[in-house]
Amino acid sequence: MREDLKCEIIFRREIAPNQIELILKNRRLAQEARPGQFVHIAIENGVNILRRPISICDSFMENTRIIFEIKGEGTRWLAERREGDVLTLMGPLGNGFSIEPGKRAFVIGGGIGTFPLYKLCKTLNKPEIFLGFRNKDMVVMENEFSMTGNLHIATDDGSYGYYGFAITLAEEKIDGCDIIYACGPRPMLKAVKALAEKYGKKAQLSMEERMGCGIGACLVCVCKTTTGNRQVCLQGPVFDADEVIFD
Amino acid sequence: MNTKVNFCGIEFDNPVLTASGTYGFGLEYDQYYNISQLGGISVKGLTLKEREGNPTPRIAETYGGMLNSVGLQNPGVETFKSFYLPKLKAEKTCKVIANIAGSTVEDYAEMARSLRDTAVDMLEVNISCPNVKNGGMAFGTDPKMVETITRAVKSQAAQPVVMKLSPNVTDITEMARAAESAGADGLSLINTLLGMKIDVRTRRPILANNMGGYSGPGVKPVAVRMVYQVARAVKIPIIGMGGIMNGEDAVEFMLAGASLVMVGTANFTDPFAALKVKNGIIDYMRRCGVEDVNELIGAVKPN
Ligand SMILES: Cc1cc2nc3c(=O)[nH]c(=O)nc-3n(C[C@H](O)[C@H](O)[C@H](O)COP(=O)(O)OP(=O)(O)OC[C@H]3O[C@@H](n4cnc5c(N)ncnc54)[C@H](O)[C@@H]3O)c2cc1C
Ligand SMILES: Cc1cc2nc3c(=O)[nH]c(=O)nc-3n(C[C@H](O)[C@H](O)[C@H](O)COP(=O)(O)O)c2cc1C
Ligand code: FES
Repeated sequence: MREDLKCEIIFRREIAPNQIELILKNRRLAQEARPGQFVHIAIENGVNILRRPISICDSFMENTRIIFEIKGEGTRWLAERREGDVLTLMGPLGNGFSIEPGKRAFVIGGGIGTFPLYKLCKTLNKPEIFLGFRNKDMVVMENEFSMTGNLHIATDDGSYGYYGFAITLAEEKIDGCDIIYACGPRPMLKAVKALAEKYGKKAQLSMEERMGCGIGACLVCVCKTTTGNRQVCLQGPVFDADEVIFD
Repeated sequence: MNTKVNFCGIEFDNPVLTASGTYGFGLEYDQYYNISQLGGISVKGLTLKEREGNPTPRIAETYGGMLNSVGLQNPGVETFKSFYLPKLKAEKTCKVIANIAGSTVEDYAEMARSLRDTAVDMLEVNISCPNVKNGGMAFGTDPKMVETITRAVKSQAAQPVVMKLSPNVTDITEMARAAESAGADGLSLINTLLGMKIDVRTRRPILANNMGGYSGPGVKPVAVRMVYQVARAVKIPIIGMGGIMNGEDAVEFMLAGASLVMVGTANFTDPFAALKVKNGIIDYMRRCGVEDVNELIGAVKPN
C-alpha cells in the first residue's frame, strides 16, 4: 500500500535568491525515487487546501533532496520550514525519465527545471549538460552538475557562461547526441521538440501543469498528446517529445 | 453501533461516499487504502462518447477551496462498462454509482439504457456541470428541463435514479420538487458553484476556460443550507456534499437532512480524507452516544 509519508527536514539552506534546498529524511521515499519523479507536498498552514508538486532533485540512502523557488503562498510556507520540522507528502509520483543505456545523452534544462535533472545526470553515463539561467546570481549546482558530465552554462543576460539560450549551445554539438532529456519553461520544451524533429533525435520532455490529486484521479493536470489528453501526474510528467502537442 | 444506511432500497455499509470527478474510478485511491471501507464511490462523470475536456489550466486554488474546469473528460460509458466496472465489482465491495451527463435529453436516456444490464448500483444524473457548453448546468437551472430529464432517465433506468442539483439557482427547492414530481428516487447536492479567479498581474483569468466550478470548505455553509431547505421540501432521500473535510462536517450534513454524504475536494488535501471522514463520524457517534447513524438524518433542531 502507498502511504502519505512523514519526512523530517534534516537540512535547509537558501542556494540562490528565493531558492530553497531541503533535505528530507524518509527511507521509503529515498529508496523508491527515480529521476524525474516528484512529490506532492501538503501545505499545512490551515489555509491552502491543494498540495504543491515539487521534483525530486536527488536521493541517497534515506535522504531526498528538493529545491524550489518561492513563488506564492505555498512555496513561501515551505520556505519557512526549519530543520526538525516534518513535511507530509505523497511520493514518489509520476513516471520519471526512462534511461536508454548506451545512448549518448544530451540534458537540457532551464531555470527551476534544472533541479529535476540532477539525479538523471548522475544516472546517465557522462552526458552533455546544457543549463540556462536568468543571470549569474541564479546559477546553481554548477559544481555538482559538472561532476556528472560535460557541463555548459548559458545565461539570458550573458553575465555568466554563454550569452544566449542553452538550446543554441546544444544545437552546435548536436552531432554527438542520440537522445535529449529536457525540463524547463514551456517555450524551451517546445524548442527542444523542434530541435529533436529537425535532427531526427529522440527526446523526453518533463511537462508542468497545475495539479489537484497528484495521482491521476481528477484529470485537471492533463497534457495534450497525440493519444489524447493524458495526466501529467500519472502518465507524465515525462512524455516523448513526438507525442506532445504544443499549441 | 450501526453505520448502515438504506438509501433507495440499497444498503450502504456506511454513509460515506466519494464525489464524482474527484476520485477517478477509485483505483488510484485504492493504492492508498482499501476503498471497500467506504460506503461507495461515484465515478467520474460519464458521457456516451469519450470526451477530451477543456484546455489547461483546469484548476485554480482560491481562498477556502478551488475552481475546476475539467469539462467532463472521460473515457466514455462503453470503456467504463467493459473495463472499470468489472474490475471494481470483482475486487471491491463498496457500492458503485455511475455519474452520467449528456448534451441532449436523448443522451441522458441513452446513458441510462446502456447501464441497465450492468452491475452499477445507482445512477447519479449530473444536470449541474458548469464546465460544458451544451447542456450541463443549463439543464439543472430550469425546472421544466429537470422534470424532462428525470422522466427520460427514469423511463430507461433499471437502477435507482438520483438527480444531482446545481447550486447556481435562486431557489433550489424548486428544482428538487421538479425532480421529485418526475419520479426521481433521490437527490444529490451540491455540485460546484460557478466562480472565477483573475491574475491581477497579467489581468487574465487563471483558468483557460475563464470560469469554473468552486468547491471545497468555502462552499460548505451554502451546501448545508441547501440540503436543509431541500430536506424540508421533498420526501425523497438526499446525498449531501460540498466542502466536507472531516467527520463533523459530514455529521452537519446529516443533521441538515442528508442520508449519505460525499467527499470531494478533501481527497486532494489528504488522500485518506474519505476514510478519515468515516472514522470521524464513528468517533462522533461514540462521543455523543449515538447508537445508529440513521438517528442523525434530519435531526437538526432549528431555533
Ligand atoms: C511535476 C512538477 C514538478 C515541479 N518541480 C518543481 C521544482 O522542483 N522546483 C520548483 O521550484 N518548482 C517546481 N514545480 C513548480 C511548483 O509546483 C510551483 O511553483 C508551486 O506549486 C507554486 O506554488 P505557490 O503556492 O508558491 O504559488 P501560487 O501561485 O500561490 O500557487 C497557486 C496554485 O497554482 C499552482 N501552481 C502555480 N504555479 C505552478 C507551476 N509552475 N506548476 C504547477 N503548479 C503551479 C500551485 O500548486 C497552487 O495550486 C513543479 C511543478 C510540477 C507540476
Ligand atoms: C475536479 C473536480 C471534478 C468534478 N467532476 C464532476 C463530475 O464529473 N460530475 C459531477 O457530477 N460532479 C463533479 N464535480 C463536483 C463534485 O462531485 C462535488 O459535487 C463538488 O466538488 C462539491 O463537493 P466538495 O466541495 O467536497 O468537492 C467535480 C468536482 C471537482 C473538484
Ligand atoms: S492532478 Fe489529478 S489527475 Fe493529475
